Amino acid sequence: MNDVKNEWPLWEVFVRTKAGLDHKHCGSLHAADPKMALQMARDVYTRRQEGCSVWVVRSDQIVASDPGDKDMLFDPAEDKVYRHPTFYKLPDSVDHM
Amino acid sequence: MYTQAMDTMAREGGAKLEKVLRPEEQALQDRFDARIDAGDFIEAKDWMPDNYRKTLLRQISQHAHSEIVGMLPEGNWISRAPTLKRKAILLAKVQDEGGHGLYLYAAAETLGTSRDQMIDALHSGKAKYSSIFNYPTLTWADIGTIGWLVDGAAIMNQVPICRCSFAPYARAMIRICREESFHQRQGYDSLLTMMRDGTDAQRAMVQDAVNRWWWPCLMMFGPPDDQSPNSAQGMRWGIKRVSNDTLRQKFVDATVQQAQVLGVTLPDPDLKWNEERQHWDFGAIDWSEFWRVVGGDGPCNRERLAMRVAAWEEGAWVREAALAHARKQSMKEAA
Repeated sequence: MNDVKNEWPLWEVFVRTKAGLDHKHCGSLHAADPKMALQMARDVYTRRQEGCSVWVVRSDQIVASDPGDKDMLFDPAEDKVYRHPTFYKLPDSVDHM
Repeated sequence: MYTQAMDTMAREGGAKLEKVLRPEEQALQDRFDARIDAGDFIEAKDWMPDNYRKTLLRQISQHAHSEIVGMLPEGNWISRAPTLKRKAILLAKVQDEGGHGLYLYAAAETLGTSRDQMIDALHSGKAKYSSIFNYPTLTWADIGTIGWLVDGAAIMNQVPICRCSFAPYARAMIRICREESFHQRQGYDSLLTMMRDGTDAQRAMVQDAVNRWWWPCLMMFGPPDDQSPNSAQGMRWGIKRVSNDTLRQKFVDATVQQAQVLGVTLPDPDLKWNEERQHWDFGAIDWSEFWRVVGGDGPCNRERLAMRVAAWEEGAWVREAALAHARKQSMKEAA
């Protein structure tokens, strides 16, 4: 019984808390198939009206960045302050632009 | 709640907390320490020392087991709840405990151990769960008392873990703490109803339940600080945030007034306000009882474990059938 192959596969659960917002990752669970995963996601993660829509995705289908690549991937944005509106100093009379 | 894992580790010969590092590991270790010092969160895929991983795995999985085993003493009363309202509340609470167990198993799995391995460790007796669930629920008043005292102690214990350095655990704890507050309030509300509107016999039943649960609840926080050899390392790693004795004192201080409002006494002749310390003094805890219960010899250890094992074994065909069905469906789709 300890053979991992006998375990139900792992799914990641994403919940939309209310109409108009995006789905947000909230946890994971084991389920045998997509239908069961949705049902269990509802039971495990939305017992108090936390959502109006649920996505489930097989965990082994998610491609993630390597924590070791964090600097390489994300540091280049650090010195690009000109991508932010606050970089541009405009006269007060038009600053609400 | 239910985080006695670090306290019992030393006696059980679990993960050793000190280790000589290979030189190439030292740089990683230094970086890890710096992140902990800076109050950073550690994610599952980040490098972490082996013993940090082992200690967390142990604590989170045993915390999960406690939630699951914790469903048993209360589940015992679902079919005998006195009103439909109390039955619905109790069902919701027990379902929450199951949910909390699942959040925690998922957090523990990110450390690289399968769910089946964890469940096997519980069933073989290798992994423990909180000592508190080895006490019996003899009357309906026990259910209210568990909500008030056991969940009250659990909340006290769990709130600091919301700031645990291991992020998947911290995230699970935030969710759990948000849900747990109803557990304590419904228990107190149930006892209050019996004390205010009940008969003398019902009031005596509440007092009896409080008498039986009080000391085991104080033990939930684990051994005194001077007998918790692994606490310092747990604090260093940001796994443990507040010491056992500090949490226990906080719990006693919070509970005394609640008991007065309820109209019950706490079964401790040494309980008295200490003006100098600005805390309630309380009597000596029987730690031999705690170690006996942790060691497997509490009133209900065998019964609880036997029920978990039976539920797992009797459900095996369902798990297998669901998998077989899923395989068949995906083959049909592929064809």
